[in-house]
Formats: sequence, C-alpha cells, structure tokens
Amino acid sequence: MIQIKIDNNIVKVKPGMTILQACQQLGIEIPIFCYHEKLSIAGNCRMCLVEVKDNPKPVASCSIPVIDGMEIKTSSTMVRKARNGVMEFLLINHPLDCPICDQGGECDLQDIAMSYGRDKSRFNYTKRAVKEKNFGPLIKTVMTRCIHCTRCIRFATEIAGVPELGAIGMGENMEVVTYLDKSVTSEVSGNMIDICPVGALTSKPFSLTWRPWELNKTESIDVLDAVGSNIRVDSNNNEVMRVLPINNEEINEEWISDKTRFAYDGLKYNRLDVPFVKKNGLYKKTSWDNAFNLIKKEVLKTSGNKMSAIIGNQTDCESIILLKDLFTFFGCDNFLCSQNNSMYKSLPRFAYCFNTTIAGIDDSDLCLLVGTNPRTEASMVNTRIRKRYLEGNYEIFSIGPKMDLNYDCKHLGNNPQILEKIYNEKHFLSKKIRKSKKPIIILGDNIFNRKDAEAILGLVYRMCIKFPIIQKQKNDIIWNGYNILHHAASRVGALDLNFISSKPDFNLDKIYSLSKKKELDLVYLLGADEIETKKLENSFVIYQGHHGGYGSKNADIILPGSAFTEKNATFINLEGRLQQTFKSCNPPGEAKEDWKIIVALGKRFNTKFNYFSVEDVKNRLRKVNPIVFSSVNTIIKNKFLKFGKKRNISNLPFDLPITNFYLNDVISKSSKIMKKCSDEINNKNL
Amino acid sequence: MLKNQDYIFRNLNGYNSYKLSDARKRGDWSNTKKIIQKGAEWIIEEIKLSGLRGRGGAGFPTGLKWSFIPKKSDLPKYLIINADESEPGTCKDRDVIRYEAHKLLEGCLLSSFALGVKTCYIYIRGEFYNESKILQAAIDEAYQNKLLGKNACNSSWNLDIFLHRGAGAYIAGEETALLESLEGKKAQPRLKPPYPASTGLYGCPTTVNNVETIAAIPDILKKGAIWFSGIGKPNNTGSKIFCISGHINKPCNVEEELGIPLKELIEKYAGGVVGGWNNLLAVIPGGSSVPLINKKIADSVLMDFDSLEEVNSSLGTAGVIVMNKSTNLLKAIARISRFYKKESCGQCTPCREGAGWMWRVMERFVNGEGTLEEIDTLYDVSKEVEGHTICALGDAAAWPIQGLIRHFRPLIEKKIKENNFKNKVA
Repeated sequence: MIQIKIDNNIVKVKPGMTILQACQQLGIEIPIFCYHEKLSIAGNCRMCLVEVKDNPKPVASCSIPVIDGMEIKTSSTMVRKARNGVMEFLLINHPLDCPICDQGGECDLQDIAMSYGRDKSRFNYTKRAVKEKNFGPLIKTVMTRCIHCTRCIRFATEIAGVPELGAIGMGENMEVVTYLDKSVTSEVSGNMIDICPVGALTSKPFSLTWRPWELNKTESIDVLDAVGSNIRVDSNNNEVMRVLPINNEEINEEWISDKTRFAYDGLKYNRLDVPFVKKNGLYKKTSWDNAFNLIKKEVLKTSGNKMSAIIGNQTDCESIILLKDLFTFFGCDNFLCSQNNSMYKSLPRFAYCFNTTIAGIDDSDLCLLVGTNPRTEASMVNTRIRKRYLEGNYEIFSIGPKMDLNYDCKHLGNNPQILEKIYNEKHFLSKKIRKSKKPIIILGDNIFNRKDAEAILGLVYRMCIKFPIIQKQKNDIIWNGYNILHHAASRVGALDLNFISSKPDFNLDKIYSLSKKKELDLVYLLGADEIETKKLENSFVIYQGHHGGYGSKNADIILPGSAFTEKNATFINLEGRLQQTFKSCNPPGEAKEDWKIIVALGKRFNTKFNYFSVEDVKNRLRKVNPIVFSSVNTIIKNKFLKFGKKRNISNLPFDLPITNFYLNDVISKSSKIMKKCSDEINNKNL
Repeated sequence: MLKNQDYIFRNLNGYNSYKLSDARKRGDWSNTKKIIQKGAEWIIEEIKLSGLRGRGGAGFPTGLKWSFIPKKSDLPKYLIINADESEPGTCKDRDVIRYEAHKLLEGCLLSSFALGVKTCYIYIRGEFYNESKILQAAIDEAYQNKLLGKNACNSSWNLDIFLHRGAGAYIAGEETALLESLEGKKAQPRLKPPYPASTGLYGCPTTVNNVETIAAIPDILKKGAIWFSGIGKPNNTGSKIFCISGHINKPCNVEEELGIPLKELIEKYAGGVVGGWNNLLAVIPGGSSVPLINKKIADSVLMDFDSLEEVNSSLGTAGVIVMNKSTNLLKAIARISRFYKKESCGQCTPCREGAGWMWRVMERFVNGEGTLEEIDTLYDVSKEVEGHTICALGDAAAWPIQGLIRHFRPLIEKKIKENNFKNKVA
C-alpha cells in the first residue's frame, strides 16, 4: 500500500492503480469518455485530466499509475480549465441533435457537458459531417456524433476478437469504419452500443421508438442459452422494447450476446394467445374450460404407462415440477427433458454441471473443448475463454467439428477415440494436461445424444482422476475442471428435478416408435417445439407453449403459455446457479403463466394441487430438491461421484447442437431481426 | 565561431562522395574498435560528460536518455534512428544521410554497443527515396567491409542495421508514433508512461535518437568529451547544423557552434536577408513548430536551447525560417496551421479538433474577416490545446499562433479593421 494525497485527503491505495481508480475508490467522480475498465487504456479523450504536483501540465488520470507521495488535485482551476477546453473541443463538431438522438437521456457527453460545457459556443464555423457507416443489421450509426473515443474499436479487437473496426484518416478527418463497409461479424457486437458514450452507435431495432426514461425496467435473466446472462428488460405498453445487460462479474460481466439483446422482437410474432383445438385438421379457437375438458377425456381414456411428457429448452422449474407431479399422479413415468435421444439416467449432479464456473475459467491454464462450439452455444462462456486467452499462457484444444473461434484453438480432429489416446498417454496432449496446474475440459451437451455417451463419460471420469482435471485435498475438491456446456436453459433444472424416466433407454426415438405402434396414447409437450409431431400422429398431442413452432404444428390441443419475460420463474443455469426471471409484460390474449395452466389442469383431476401463488410452487421445489432450490444465486459444490461406464467408444464424429447461432430456438426463430442477422452475417461468416 | 578543425560534418556541402573510401579519408570508421574496447560504461559516461543534447527538437540530454535503458534485461533492446525528418524548414538529416552516411552508421555501431543493442532500425522518411537508396548502399558497403554485421569492426560485437521507409506521416517522427509505425500500425503516439526506455518497440527497451545526434557520437568519442563541451555554451555544448531558409540570399545548411548570434548566422552564411537586415520582419528559429520572434529579438538573440527559451521560443530542430517585410505573415502562419491540422493524427481530442479550429480562424484573418474578439478566442483556444495532448503536436500547432499573436497582434487588428472599413464603405 502506498500513500497519496487526493484533494487534501490522504489515502492509502494499492500500487499499480491508476490515478483514476484511486479517485473512484475515494468517491471522486472524474469525467471519462474513452476509459472503460474492461478495455485497454487509450487515454485519448483527455477528459480525465488532473493536476499532479510538480507537473507543469495536467495529466490523463486514466493512464498514469499512482506513485508514493503523489499529490493530486481533481478540482483546481488548472484542471477545470483543461476539462472545459476538452469539452469545448468535443462539442464543436458534435451535432446538436440531442432531441432526435436515441442516446438522449443516457448519454455521457450530455451528462458531462452539464458540468463542463460552456453555455454558448465560440465555434461559429461549419461543423463536420461524416457519412454513415454500415455496421450490420443491429447497429445504427450516426458517425457525425462520434467523438473518436475508440471504445468500439477496442471492444471489437479485444473482447469480440474480430479486428474489423478501425480508425482511418488523420486529424479531424479521422473516421471509425468497418474498413470494407461490411457487417460486424461478431456474436457480441451489440455491446458496442452500450459502450459508445455518445449516440454514434445505437440500436437499429430500437431506433426512434421510445426514450429511455419512458420505459419500465425489469431486472431479469436471459433463457435463450443456458448461461443465464443477467439482463434488464425495458418494456412499454406491454411490449418488450429492448434488452440490456446487467453487470454480473460471475456470469456475463457486462456483456450479452446479440441473440439475448435483439431476439426480443420474436416475442411479438407468432404468439399463441388463445387455446386451440384441432378439428378435422383445422385449428379452432376454444375456451380454457373446453380445452381442459377435452384433455381430461383423453387422459381418462388411457392409462399412465401410455402417456409421455416432454419439456422444451426454455421451460421453467416451476412448471417442470408441476408437470412431473401431474403425470406421476396419472401413473406415468415417461419423462423426457431433452428433445433428442440424450441419456441422462443415473448421473450425479456433478456430471451435468459446468463445475469450473464461468468465472473460474479465468484461473484455468489449459482448455480442451470436446464436441462443442462455445461461440454459438454459450457466447458468454466464449468471451470468458477469450478473456483468459488474451492474458496469455493459455492453450486451447478442440476435438470435434472444425469451428471458427475468435481465439487460437488447436483442432485435434473429430474422433472421440482421440480422448482414449489422451487417456492412454499416446497423445501429445496427455503430457500437457499432466503438466498444467488447472486444466479444464468442456464437453458439449450433444455427447449425451450419442449411443456411446456413457462410455465417453466413463472415459472422461477416468481422465479426471488420472490427470489433474479434478484435484482433491483430503475430501475437498480444490480444482474442478470437468464441465458440461449446455445450450438449453431448462436442462440443468430439469435434471435437478429428476425429470427423467426410470426406464432404461427411454428416449425420443422410443416415443416415436411407441406412437407408431399405437402404444402411446397421449403426449404432453411443455414448450417442446423441436419435436416432429408428424411422427406422433397416432397419439393425442397437447402442446403448451408461447410460440407456434414445430411442436404445435400437428398438436391436437394447443394451450397458450408465457415467455420468460412474462413470468416470475426459476431457472438454473449451466453452472447450477439458481436465478429468477421477473415479469415485465403480461402474456398476450388469454395466455397464462405456465405453472397456472398445469395447476388448473391438475385441479380437473383428483390431485391435491393447492398452489395459489408462485411462492407455493417454489415451496414445492424446495421440498423436492432442498439443496439446489433453497440457495438463490449461489453455486453449490457438487459431490464427486462415479459416473459413466467402461465401454468401447465408437469413432462416430461429434456433432454440434447449434448450426445457426441466430435462429436456434422458438423466440429467435420468430424474430425478424435475427432472421436479418442470419441472412447478412451468419450465411457469410460466422 | 567554429574552428576549422572542430567541424564534425566535413562533407556537409557534398563536395565529396558519401562512399566508404571517401568517408575513411574524413576519419570515419577509424579507431572504432579501440573505442569499443574501452567499454560501454565509458562511452555512456563520455556522452554524459560531453553534455550532448538531442538534436531532434526537444533537446533532451542524450547521455541521460541512454542511462534510462535497463542494463540487465531478458528482452532484446533496440536502437532506433529517427530519420523521419518532416519539420518544415528543416533539412539537416537529409544532408547528413546524403553526404555523411557512414558517420551515421559508425554512430549506430558505437551507440548500439554502448546500449547493448544488437538490432538497430533506421526509420527514414518515405519521401527521402534517393536518400534511402544512398543509406542502403552505405549499409551494404559497411556489411561488405565487415564494419557491421557479425563481429562488427572485429570488436566481437554483432549489430544488424535495418532501413525502414515510412509512409509519409509527419507524426511518425514522434518517437512513440514511430514505434507504432515500425510495428506496422497506424502512426499514433503512445501514452507515456511507460516510456520507450522500458517498453518500446514490441514491448522491449528502446532508445530513439535523431540522425544528427547519432552522427555526432563518433567524433565526440574520438576527440573526447572535453573537446565537445568546450564548444558552445555551458548546458548548450557542441556544434549543430543550422538550416537557413526563407528570404535570404543564400539558403544553406551550415554547422556552427551553439550560441552563435542569429544575426551573425544569417549574415555570414546565408548571405543576409533579402533587402538587408532592416528589411527583416520575423524569424522562426527552430522549424515551423516553434513560436516566431520579431526583428527586435532577432537582433540580439543567441541560437541555443536556453537563450531561445528565454524569449518564449525554442531552438527546435534549428530550421531557421527568415521572413522579410514582403511576407504576408498571416498567410504564412495560416499555412503552417493548415499543415498541423492536416498532420494531426486524430487520436486525442484537443489536437484533433483544436488544430482545425485554429486553422479556420487563421484563414478568416488572412481574408480580413473575423472580429477583434476572435483574436482573444484564438489565443484562448491555442492555450486549451497546448499541454493537454498525448504528444507534442498539439503544442506545435498552438505555438506558431501564440507567437504571431504575441508579437504581431496589431497586424491582425489592422487587417480586420481595414476590411471592416471596406465593408462599411461598400
């Protein structure tokens, strides 16, 4: 600790801190434009100038480290004059179009100009005008407003890993461009909008709709992937107008992916708003009462072992447990928590979680990706890997299909038997993993979809023990490098609630074949929209969900549910962290919150569903799995138990669950913005 | 007055060839091995003792600069010769390269040895095409004669010199922008600290020196620090090349000792001001970036770092631009202003926006537009730019205007009043 003097206050600060950080620590506000704590220091806006004793010139506080005995003045005449001057320069070529600027109300320049701007401009000459640039379908540019802080350029090169932005030209003709006037091909490009301190980069879909202060802000989480990024949903008139990130250092830092940010317009289109019933191949609107009566009739016709319940990727824990309770009441055991042939049977919690945790990636020193593309499946995990990669001394290897990642990744081939080679020390990687102190292995959740899933898991289990992937000290796990990267937000929650059939090899193919053999009379799809309902023609299909998709295509009854922005619901992210969504809008039309629908349906039968509020359902959750569901926002240390089996591994190559980042779930598939992105960016580059 | 035997650059007029045979006759590459054998510490100590100040414009003591380079470092060290001479009114490095290339190369070897450098880059201005050819030929010649490369001059020291041509940006002459440019990036000055001495080219300890500084090193080491410090004035020792241009009868480059009176310099070497000394209007004493001085100051000022600082100007690169009374001074300063507006890299706010602003106001003054208040605004703006930028280009853009307003404010006022009167009459 060193001692410095800031504005006559003597403070002790850590060496290596910048003057700006020291001042912020003390609560002294210093105006900044170019400085951003997650980006490298540019020091070019010159707004943060402070006076340092024995220095004839004011210095840029964002870039100068503190020295023992330094005397800093942050509000002297010299500082004030310097900042006023810089502010004046920034404003001379900044258009006075605040009334029609989307940044208005949340603009750094506007705010700081309040304290450092002049009341009148002394620049009475022609202002600069700059042509708009093409940043793609998500970012609107008004480059005349640009103050050349270069935050976007640094974001693109450092965080996003796509060096597609740069400044060309000299002096006042300097312009921020995408060099070839092409779309920015990053899955996190939307964050440039947030970090732009002025209205140069704004959201294209949100442009000229609402003022920020007119929106209702609800803090929630995102369920379009399994990361559970913390978001703020801004809504107005019962419509989501935009989605912004909330800072959570443990999950998404302060970024979110473009899908999280821009897929919200999918919540408007293709919605199910009233119950439908199929009659002679045509859908007719019906009442809730009638729909429930029809379901009751069908249920009473058949028996529990001829039913099945499948949940989708965005189903919340509340409706999962109620659905399970209801079908258990019917005597049914045919539960499926994924819409493929995944086998999750008899797995300890350890085996299906991202155990290192997302923040834990920062500590790792070697990464092996197996059958996964984190860039599309969990963009925020990918930015963490990139962040760690940029720190240096980090090697990343991948087994699986060749991918376009934004960091150096050595592709070892697409054959699961390579894992066997590594285990048997017949691969160069064996030595590296053995040498490394904190290696991590990330398996895609599509490996559960393989016939040899148990064999691969068994092998990975043995690898964990043989190599320092899992390190134990007495009974404590001190390093846990075993990770499953889920892409479905509901998966970990469903597994925690044991939404799995007890029958061995009960999977989707089995459901299809049972239906074909007319041994399956009723299928309940809770948001499961990737099911080919054509193959369930012989069964009575009930679809409950918020969007009309594949799942609702041939369903006999459609029950309109609610999307994640329309309910207070519990989700567990891939790390096993319990988080909540909060209601910002009402479901459209007659649609209801999912748990309410199932409770109402349950009441038609003799069940003892005494649930009157979400809290009641949450109590039920806590009863079923007290360890997981009683700790909000924390990660539970899972016990390390044996999993997987010792069997032969086939050489069938791995496949990836997501082929199109922008269009892979029911909300993003309904989104026009995402369709545009897919056409303009995905098809060409990502 | 520099004595005949004290000239460092004996071929500055280019009567002889730059080639090795001629250079050897002038004393280059003689005793190089012996000097190296005296050791690196001795060389640095000798340069410190000589009081040599950097000839690139800032006048920072070279020996002190060298002593900042960490002696023990796992990283390679670099010496970079700044031959990106773009300052209007300055043409000394060009002639050093043209006629005294081997002196520069010998200086490179001695400095590199002193600093523990094994790779030396010469960053030459892109427009110096012929000079780069000459310098490359000189480097090749030195390699062929085993003066450079492995075991250079039999001294068991290895040195490689690479010539790099710039792309024509004035700002690339700023030492950290030069490093960026050399690394293949856009020439934009870096934030300091860290200084190049600790984190320079590719993050390694680096020294950037001017051509003239390095070319003076061999003679200092051969003749001794005491000889060098005996020339000139205390704290402003040695001789320096002055580039005299403008309204004079004989524009020239001339080596003279520091502290020579400006009047003597102009009258003796440049054939006097066109129309006589009394016809003098103003002098820019150190390249376009320094504030000009009026005749009254020019009458008595001495040409060295400290004396010029006393009269609110600077020696800079010693590019003396003489303007007689036929000059439209407003137009001249407006032209300089335009140069800095164009050459500002655009990185930091005050210079990017301020340089353009100042140029626009200057253009108005040239046309007699504007108001008397605008003069104060202009001065204020130049003060807002000065000292608030990352590099010194902001200062360079502000100083000529400050000099103009300081010494010739009535001239601007007269122009504005005349124009206002004309407008009224019309």
